[in-house]
Amino acid sequence: MNDTLAGWLQIIALVGALALTFRPLGDHMAHVLTSPRHWRVERLIYRVAGVHADADQQWSAYLRGVLAFAAVSVLFLYAFQRLQNHLLLSIGMKPVAPDLAFNTAASFVTNTNWQNYSGESTMGHLVQMAGLAVQNFVSAAVGIAVVAALIRGFTRKKTDRVGNFWADLTRIVLRVLLPISFVMAIVLVASGVIENFHGIQSITTIAGDHQSITGGPVASQEAIKELGTNGGGFYNANSAHPFENPNPFTNWLEIYLLLVIGFSLPRTFGTMVGDRRQGYAIVAVMALIWASSVAIVTANELHSVSSSVGHTAGGMMEGKEQRFGIWASALFAVSTTLTSCGAVNSFHDSYTPGGGGMTIFNMMLGEIAPGGTGSGLYGILILAVVAVFVAGLMVGRTPEYLGKKLGAREMKFASLYILTTPAIVLVGSGIAMALPGERAAMLNSGAHGFSEVLYAFTSAANNNGSAFAGLSADTVWYNTALGLAMIFGRFLPMVFVLALAGSLARQQPVPVTAGTLPTHRPQFVGLLAAVILIVVGLTYFPALALGPLAEGLH
Amino acid sequence: MPTATAQPPVSKDPLAPNVHRVSGGLLDARQLVTSFPDALRKLDPRTMVRNPVMFVVEVGAVLTTLSAIKDPSVFAWVITAWLWLTAVFANLSEAVAEGRGKAQAETLRRTKTDTMARRLTDGWRPGAPGVVEEEVPAAGLRLGDHVVVEAGQIIPGDGDVVEGVASVDESAITGESAPVIRESGGDRSAVTGGTKVLSDRIVVRITSKPGETFIDRMIALVEGAARQKTPNEIALNILLASLTIIFMVAVVTLQPFAIFAGAEQSIVILVALVVALIPTTIGALLSAIGIAGMDRLVQRNVLAMSGRAVEAAGDVNTLLLDKTGTITLGNRQAAEFLPVSGVEIEELADAAQLSSLADETPEGRSVVVLAKERYALRGRTEGELARAEFVPFTAQTRMSGVDLNSTEDNRSLRKGAATAVMSWVREHGGHPTEEVGPIVDGISASGGTPLVVGEVAWSEGARTARILGVIHLKDVVKQGIRERFDELRRMGIKTVMITGDNPLTARAIAQEAGVDDFLAEATPEDKMALIKREQSGGKLVAMTGDGTNDAPALAQADVGVAMNTGTSAAKEAGNMVDLDSNPTKLIEIVEIGKQLLITRGALTTFSIANDVAKYFAIIPAMFASVYPGLHRLNIMGLHSPTSAISSAIIFNALIIIALIPLALRGVRYRPSSAAALLNRNIVLYGFGGLVLPFVGIKLIDLLIQFIPGLH
Repeated sequence: MNDTLAGWLQIIALVGALALTFRPLGDHMAHVLTSPRHWRVERLIYRVAGVHADADQQWSAYLRGVLAFAAVSVLFLYAFQRLQNHLLLSIGMKPVAPDLAFNTAASFVTNTNWQNYSGESTMGHLVQMAGLAVQNFVSAAVGIAVVAALIRGFTRKKTDRVGNFWADLTRIVLRVLLPISFVMAIVLVASGVIENFHGIQSITTIAGDHQSITGGPVASQEAIKELGTNGGGFYNANSAHPFENPNPFTNWLEIYLLLVIGFSLPRTFGTMVGDRRQGYAIVAVMALIWASSVAIVTANELHSVSSSVGHTAGGMMEGKEQRFGIWASALFAVSTTLTSCGAVNSFHDSYTPGGGGMTIFNMMLGEIAPGGTGSGLYGILILAVVAVFVAGLMVGRTPEYLGKKLGAREMKFASLYILTTPAIVLVGSGIAMALPGERAAMLNSGAHGFSEVLYAFTSAANNNGSAFAGLSADTVWYNTALGLAMIFGRFLPMVFVLALAGSLARQQPVPVTAGTLPTHRPQFVGLLAAVILIVVGLTYFPALALGPLAEGLH
Repeated sequence: MPTATAQPPVSKDPLAPNVHRVSGGLLDARQLVTSFPDALRKLDPRTMVRNPVMFVVEVGAVLTTLSAIKDPSVFAWVITAWLWLTAVFANLSEAVAEGRGKAQAETLRRTKTDTMARRLTDGWRPGAPGVVEEEVPAAGLRLGDHVVVEAGQIIPGDGDVVEGVASVDESAITGESAPVIRESGGDRSAVTGGTKVLSDRIVVRITSKPGETFIDRMIALVEGAARQKTPNEIALNILLASLTIIFMVAVVTLQPFAIFAGAEQSIVILVALVVALIPTTIGALLSAIGIAGMDRLVQRNVLAMSGRAVEAAGDVNTLLLDKTGTITLGNRQAAEFLPVSGVEIEELADAAQLSSLADETPEGRSVVVLAKERYALRGRTEGELARAEFVPFTAQTRMSGVDLNSTEDNRSLRKGAATAVMSWVREHGGHPTEEVGPIVDGISASGGTPLVVGEVAWSEGARTARILGVIHLKDVVKQGIRERFDELRRMGIKTVMITGDNPLTARAIAQEAGVDDFLAEATPEDKMALIKREQSGGKLVAMTGDGTNDAPALAQADVGVAMNTGTSAAKEAGNMVDLDSNPTKLIEIVEIGKQLLITRGALTTFSIANDVAKYFAIIPAMFASVYPGLHRLNIMGLHSPTSAISSAIIFNALIIIALIPLALRGVRYRPSSAAALLNRNIVLYGFGGLVLPFVGIKLIDLLIQFIPGLH
């Protein structure tokens, strides 16, 4: 079987698998988010935590829940890393430096999982399992909880209540993330991913050298790393490491896992708003962007040959794993940058300017195709609000989306949302470029060096967490700046999303007539895709021109 | 059956079904010149700051001016000049839009001459003898004062007629020269200050405070003095402001990137890039679009009390339309003569015509017209019927007719309600035939009104009384109204016909006219309930009304259009007043509301789409020197970096001027479904906005490359 056929088969199998799970998983999540019944174990948790899970919250109370939970999580994770040498299973790891501990805490709580450290030589098993892996579950669940509140804003009328954050959080973890992760971890173990508590083993290689190999509970963390679009690897090499991602099948499965919730949530949305076509339109936009991006990156990597290895492999092989090849690497790179996952199985820094530039652009899109768990859907819904506003005017009515009018208040929150991330990315990169000391962190000079910095801030602010590599970001300044970028990039948008949810929930819906802009047809799919591309393109064009474009155009 | 319906002056035909361009008059080039000083005055930062997008342009212009003074070059001055022009052009669009209103306000002010009022002293009551008058200036009138106005005098203030009846010339506010009748009591009692009494004498109770009269409000409205941003305008402004901030951040942070790349940019170029990117086109025209929308209503003799109401009109889901005057012509018309057996149809037609000759009601006139058209019966000359005595209609007899009293033709003819005419025939010894009953019932069932014609003839001493037949009076549905309702349905608007008729009649007319629903035997309470029911489902409701009992419903409706002939209570309650008192206007008002929003959306799309071309002009100009590969982005093949940036800025400024007529006129609106409308506007303003600047910038570049110093 040649590479091209194998590549196509992988993509077809992936799309087929996603299509198969779209309905059951989407409907299951809708049920989880709307069912009035609690599980017994959930009741127990609520009792222990002292939560009134049946109390419907105002958007502001819901937001307080989100923020309080995040603040406690950051502090806990920070303390955990600083004190890890006193804890069990530390496998001899020293306390993590304060700035790196802050960066890492921020990174995992914000679902970013940017890693300025090598997991195998920095974190003990307990921190990995009870600290980082726990955040992998709950930070993913927080994203879904927030989008659930937004959807309730669309479905409810004349109320100021958008659901209960604690109930949403608990249910998503217990009923969605844990069961799927459990099954998938077993599948991964069966396919060759390691799962042990061995700690560091010294091995003498055939050549007679000594090598230290860190073992650990990898498979269990790997499943949620992808499923929750976290991306924080057990090892520094992430999914390029053979213990995390040993063969093409695990690679395919990891891609599937990191896409599956993002692509199924539009079904949840359609089901909850009572018009599945609305969900189909959203998933169509996501799929359109994802497919175009896969095509662009794959074509770029296939047709640019930089070395003799590349010649034999039929394309750009620098920075890619031989066992995956061009197709599977490109597919992984696109999927991980279009979700807020950020796991990598190849080094985006080594991609062609076109391919690497595309991975930056993917993140600049705001992680919406399909995006992070929950955050992808609320991101694209906010852009849909903007698209509906402009298009709705063009049909001669005060714009309305799903029966809710988009007035000054709604546009205020939507505008602030679309303003936040670009501002963080550009201001962050701008400051980094203006400081001579920080520029030294770049591995490369010129346009490529600038791309490395732009990538770092884009990745942090959009909560992606993938690294371009090349930038030595484990400095006090970068740890702090990127940590703040992750926190603001995660929680400011959530503030605006929840405020929007509150303002939508208060409204009496407008009935649909022939004069209403239809938001379920191909027309709207095209329109929304165009609005996304133009708004993002216009925002980042100058920066991209000085990075990937300057590099790529000769 | 003369019903007391106020006849709207039928001057311009508002129901020209195929004219959809709601035009607002053309832009006169002179207006640009006359408004120029105003545009300069608006450069005051305190005024500019209200428009965030253009304020950024002004600040940018100040920065480039300073930079050009410090470091002069042809390029810096060209950019500076065009940035100032951009700001001026934006102000110009607003000034031109306001200027049109000012001209109208001038005309209105002229009617507000220093009228003297003849105020009646406090003790005056309607009908009271011993009237004592005093002369006071009109401005000194207070709420509740009574004034007397006689033929030839100007009514000193808004009020209700409490005594007398007069014909009034209201052309000062309506532009309509035909006088209208104003009388005490009922729904035609309201008079407007500044209008002129042509005949008779009336006593008016003043209902407005000084300075708050109808004309005062009209002046304020058309001048835009009371203009507030509408909800949708605020929402759009927020979006535009946030886009402006995004682009400012993008450009400000570009400088460190550029320095790193070894291509530090001058202030002039950075400002030029910001101005090119922020949505200046829509930012410049936004306020003009709003003013022009109100203005288009004024041109149609509709006064909207707020821009909010105009916007709401575009959102309306349900139209409540009065049957009479909107769906049907003002009154019923004779459609058919139905003789009883033994009577020739010509004989009936002749009798019907004779009995109606003096009947000045529209129904009566329609009988004469039908007789003439269908049976070639000419009208009689006066001499012919010299001894005839006409019997007018009264509410007691419910008949009208004529006693001919001539020797050769000594007959009495009556027409009127079936029971009245039949008992009249019986009184004169006749026996109405039994055929009449079924004919009358048949007409009623079909939604028509039967008028029975009876005759008493004296010849040679003998008296014969008999029924001749029945006139079928029918509501005549206006031509083209059905198509209009079809269009409304395509726009997603439901029409409900409101009528006092019985359900049977109402259904027949509703079907013929093609309305979606009807409310028969409607009382004001029914109307109110209907509005509330629709609104509880989230719908927006528009209606027209004129009577005092319409006032609560007018106030409840999202768009309430009061007829100018209506009572002042109705005018107070509504949020629009139609000076022509033409209920069909409601449909036009909805179209104007939609057109206003579409214009905003279209120009926003256009403005954002424009940015793509500007990037392709400016980015290679900025960085091709350090990254030669970027030269490939210069797909327009612009002459030089300076000419490229100048061309983009000049295009950016000129497009504002070029679009002022569109902003004032509104984009073309064709009633159709939302999807079809969107397709059309996206193609026109989205793709148009994408492509046009490529052409425009290239053309400008071809010209300005010859400017020395701009190499």
